[in-house]
Amino acid sequence: MSFLIARSIDDAVAAMAQGARPVAGGSDLVVGARHGVDSLPDDLVAIDRIRELAQIEVNTDGCAIGAGVTHARLMVDETIVRRYPGLADAAALVGSPATRNVGTVGGNIMNGSPAMDTGAPLLVLEATVELRSEVGTRTLPIAGLWTGPRHTAASATELCTSIFLSTPRDRSSSAYVRLEYRRAMEIAVVGAAASVQLNDDGTIAATKIALTAVAPTVVAISVDLIGRPADEQALAMVAAAASDQATPISDLRASDHYRRHTIGVMAKRAFDAAARRAQGEHIAVPVNRTLGIGASS
Amino acid sequence: MSDSVVAVNLRVNGTEYPLAIAMSRNLLGVLRNEVGLTGTKEGCDDCECGACMVLLDGQPVNSCSYLAVQAQGRQVTTVEGLVVDDKLHDLQRNILEAGGVQCGFCTPGMLMSACALLERNPTPTREEIQLGISGNLCRCTGYARIIDAIERSI
Repeated sequence: MSFLIARSIDDAVAAMAQGARPVAGGSDLVVGARHGVDSLPDDLVAIDRIRELAQIEVNTDGCAIGAGVTHARLMVDETIVRRYPGLADAAALVGSPATRNVGTVGGNIMNGSPAMDTGAPLLVLEATVELRSEVGTRTLPIAGLWTGPRHTAASATELCTSIFLSTPRDRSSSAYVRLEYRRAMEIAVVGAAASVQLNDDGTIAATKIALTAVAPTVVAISVDLIGRPADEQALAMVAAAASDQATPISDLRASDHYRRHTIGVMAKRAFDAAARRAQGEHIAVPVNRTLGIGASS
Repeated sequence: MSDSVVAVNLRVNGTEYPLAIAMSRNLLGVLRNEVGLTGTKEGCDDCECGACMVLLDGQPVNSCSYLAVQAQGRQVTTVEGLVVDDKLHDLQRNILEAGGVQCGFCTPGMLMSACALLERNPTPTREEIQLGISGNLCRCTGYARIIDAIERSI
C-alpha cells in the first residue's frame, strides 16, 4: 500500500508498472470508490503535479493537450476556444466550477463513461491519444480507445499523457450540445458533437457526428452530407441518422424511447452550431448557454 | 479500501498541521476531525451539494471527494480562514445582512465558492454569480438573497 506524488511522467509510469493507479483530481476515482464501483486502489500515484501533463502545446501540425489539463482551463484556453470550440463547449458543461478545477480531460476519456462530455467532441475532431508505459509510447486514434462502458484499450500500466488534435482546415468548426435537466452537477442525458468543414460555395466538404450516452461508448455515426448545403434538409438527415443509429438504454435518467428521440434533436443542433461557426458566425462557448439548449435558469 | 498511513503536512488557513492519515481519507473528514475546523460541512458526501467546498490554492474544491493526501503542499482555505483579526469578511457580513442565511448549512460552502468567484472575476454579472455558485445547493433561501449578498460584495 503506497501513495506517491509523481513529479514526472517517468515517475508515474514506474509506479504504475508496480501496480499503482493514477489519480489526478480524484473526482471519478473517489466518488466511484464510495459507490462501490471499484474500491480505492491500494497503491496510488498522484499525477496532478506533473508539469508535462498540464501543457497545451501548439505547433504547425496541431495542438497537443496534456492529459492533466483541467476542464476549467480547456473551456477558456484561447487556442481551444478558437480552433476546437466543440471541446470547449463540452469542458464548460462538466460538473460545477469545483469539478472543473480538479477534473482533467485525460481522466474524463480514460474513465470511459459513455456519458463523458469531452469524448464526443474529441471523436469528431479525430483526436489521437498518447499512452505511455515503462515499455514505451504508443498512439491510437480515440475511436479505438473505448472498448465498452468504463473500459479502454489501455493496459493498467499505461498512462494517458496527451491528446493530439490536427490543425483545423479553413472554413471548419465544431460544437457540442447536451440535453440536461439542470445547469450544473449534471451528467448528459444525451449529447452530441459535430465537426463541419465547408466548401467555398457553402456546401459541406466533410462532417463528423458523435453521440454521448446513447450506446455502450461514445460513438460516431455516419450520414452522407458531402456536397449538400447545410440547410433544413441536412439537419433533418442528421436528426434521423442519430435517432436511427443510437442504441440507448432506459435508466433512471431517461427511457430508451426518450433518448432515441432527443438524440436526434441534439445531433441536429450540434451540427447546426458547428456549420454556423464554420461559416464564421460567433457562437460563444458553451453552445448550450448561448443558444438556450438544455436547462434554463 | 487501503489503510496505508501517510505523513502529510497540511497547510490550512496559513497554519501547518503535520498529520499521519490513512491514504483513503477525504480532505473534509481530516479538516473536521484531525485539524478540528468544523465550519466545513458534510452534506451529500457525494460531490453534488457543495456544503464541503474549500479552496485549494484559491480554487474551489469539493473536499468530500478529494483525498487529503493530495492536499500536501497546497494552501487549503476554509470558511474559518475568511475571518481576519476577528472581523468578518465582506461576504460573511453581507450574507447575514441580506438574509442569505436560513438554516446555515450551505453557507460555508457558498461563501467559499463566492470568494473564489470574486477573486477571479471581481465584477461578475448576476448570471455569472449564479454559475459561480452552481455547485452549491441551498434548500432554504431560494438563492435570491445569497446572490444579492454576493452582488453587494462586489
